[in-house]
Amino acid sequence: MADIDIIGVAKTFGSYQALKTVDMHIADQEFMVLLGASGSGKTTLLRIIAGLEYANAGEVRIGGHRVDHLPPRSRGIAMVFQNYAVFPHMTVFENIAFGLRMQKILNTEVERRVKRAAGLLRIDQLLSRYSNQISGGQRQRVAVARALAVEPAVLLMDEPLSNLDALLRLEMRAELKGVLQESRTTTVYVTHDQVEAMSLADRIAVMHEGGIVQAASATEVYRDPATRFVGSFIGSPPMNFLPAERQAGGVAVVGRTFPAVAGQGALEFGIRPEDVVRAAEGLRGKVRVVEPLGPHQLVTLDIDGHLFRAVIENDHKIAPGETLVLAPRADRIRWFDRASGAAIH
Amino acid sequence: MKAMSLRNPVIRRNGNFLIGTAVVTACLWVLVPLYFLAVNALSSPKAVIGFPKPAVPQFNLESVHFFATYEGVATALLNSVLVAGLTMVLAIGLGAPAGYALARFDFPGKSAFRLVVLMTRAFPLPLLALPLTVLYIRTGLDDTALGLAFVHTTLALPFSILITASLFLSIPVELEEAAWTLGCTRIGAFRHIVLPLAVPGIAASAVFAFVTSWNEVFAAAVLTVQHRTLTAFLLQSLDVSPLPLKFAGAAALVLPTLIFLFAVRKYLFSLWGIANR
Repeated sequence: MADIDIIGVAKTFGSYQALKTVDMHIADQEFMVLLGASGSGKTTLLRIIAGLEYANAGEVRIGGHRVDHLPPRSRGIAMVFQNYAVFPHMTVFENIAFGLRMQKILNTEVERRVKRAAGLLRIDQLLSRYSNQISGGQRQRVAVARALAVEPAVLLMDEPLSNLDALLRLEMRAELKGVLQESRTTTVYVTHDQVEAMSLADRIAVMHEGGIVQAASATEVYRDPATRFVGSFIGSPPMNFLPAERQAGGVAVVGRTFPAVAGQGALEFGIRPEDVVRAAEGLRGKVRVVEPLGPHQLVTLDIDGHLFRAVIENDHKIAPGETLVLAPRADRIRWFDRASGAAIH
Repeated sequence: MKAMSLRNPVIRRNGNFLIGTAVVTACLWVLVPLYFLAVNALSSPKAVIGFPKPAVPQFNLESVHFFATYEGVATALLNSVLVAGLTMVLAIGLGAPAGYALARFDFPGKSAFRLVVLMTRAFPLPLLALPLTVLYIRTGLDDTALGLAFVHTTLALPFSILITASLFLSIPVELEEAAWTLGCTRIGAFRHIVLPLAVPGIAASAVFAFVTSWNEVFAAAVLTVQHRTLTAFLLQSLDVSPLPLKFAGAAALVLPTLIFLFAVRKYLFSLWGIANR
């Protein structure tokens, strides 16, 4: 049980800046997901917290104690790796017991804690097997059980589900959430899968080009992206963007006028695909493609030369070539500074 | 082009025939001498010299017995084992840590080091023989098992470094990292995780070093006088010894090599990148 403070942490590999100055607080028992594309620095940050990588600058504190000069074994962490890293020359039991043996814990206690961790992950039947005798999903369970058995202050997970096939990943995701909620361990979880991030996280830290762009709840990251990048990265299909011009008495977006927005400088108008409705007045566009998705249909339009996606109820059939008028929900419109990409409130 | 030739049954059949011929030739190249060696070593001295040979080889230990009791053979054999053993220990003791460093650490000049390691094999031993002998006489290392083992270690070291490096590379670094996060020091993780996984491969590379020393004749002949190894001893007495002794001696040299290589062939194959699944 511990909180994590990351203060001014930066990392370069040669001339490549993997992490710009990062500051972040992760509360005790919080489930924090680091979400980003490959090369965004999320794994580097996780490895710095773990002590597998050393930062060039800054501090890492776990439970208030400075740990950035300590080796991994002295930080009170446990880690689950993408490729599981289950020791091939040990049985499942010895794998789970490994961390406890290193702490020289009594045999009876080791057995009790291994059994409990194995029970939690439902691998009690596999304790005498070797890693080449169990499936990928089971190996993943062993890796998680091994990490939980040492009762770490902080649990670190590096894309733990990305080597599993889609169906198994969905199943493991739900199960992992249950197990981790029960264990109440502070968790930092790295993924590039936004659905995984949203379903698991208390908070999501969206990372881009070595920095944290926004750290907030899944809903907030989705509804109120801090930058244009977050809006375009989160959500499938992503947020729509249209150029906007400030005018006397308002903001013009492809011929429509919206109420004035604070500040100065060129603007961009942003709206989620599902936040538009068909109306008499609104953004006028020509339908290019219609994709029926079951409960609704995904319509790709050309609005004044800009690509625009809308998710629309499927009670009316829409045909390509048709002209559609879409009214954005006023409370869901977001404005971004065109130069910096930052959201304007 | 390649795809076409594979699809064409005539070309493919001819290709198979060529490969088959090559394989058979290569096998005969190795096996025929081994066959004659075995047959003659296990025949009576009379049968070895006699002609024509019997169609079915007889089995007789007289040659072997003659060889084993020949004066100097026993001590030469003992010297060979001693030198090869020392070489094995030195080559692994120095080579495995170097291999681990090559596999796990990035340091300036790493690729240059990898090249230089092999470069040691570029110097012909005869070129070094005279200065080495002089140096050995000055330091008192001449005619000792340890002195010869040093030379053999130099010969075996490049391979033990490169073989163990590829061996350690094949063990995922995440296994070590997982051990560190679970409470191990670097040395602890090596002992608990890397070593158990690497032991068979290290043993294979040790055997390779042993065999390198066991079969080496030039340095052994130059650097030892009283304490000849088996190869040097046989070379010395080649002209004066009868044919049965030569066959028995050759068999004694070949046999341990064959047994060792056969025992560790799986690891050597995988280290040399030959899939044997």
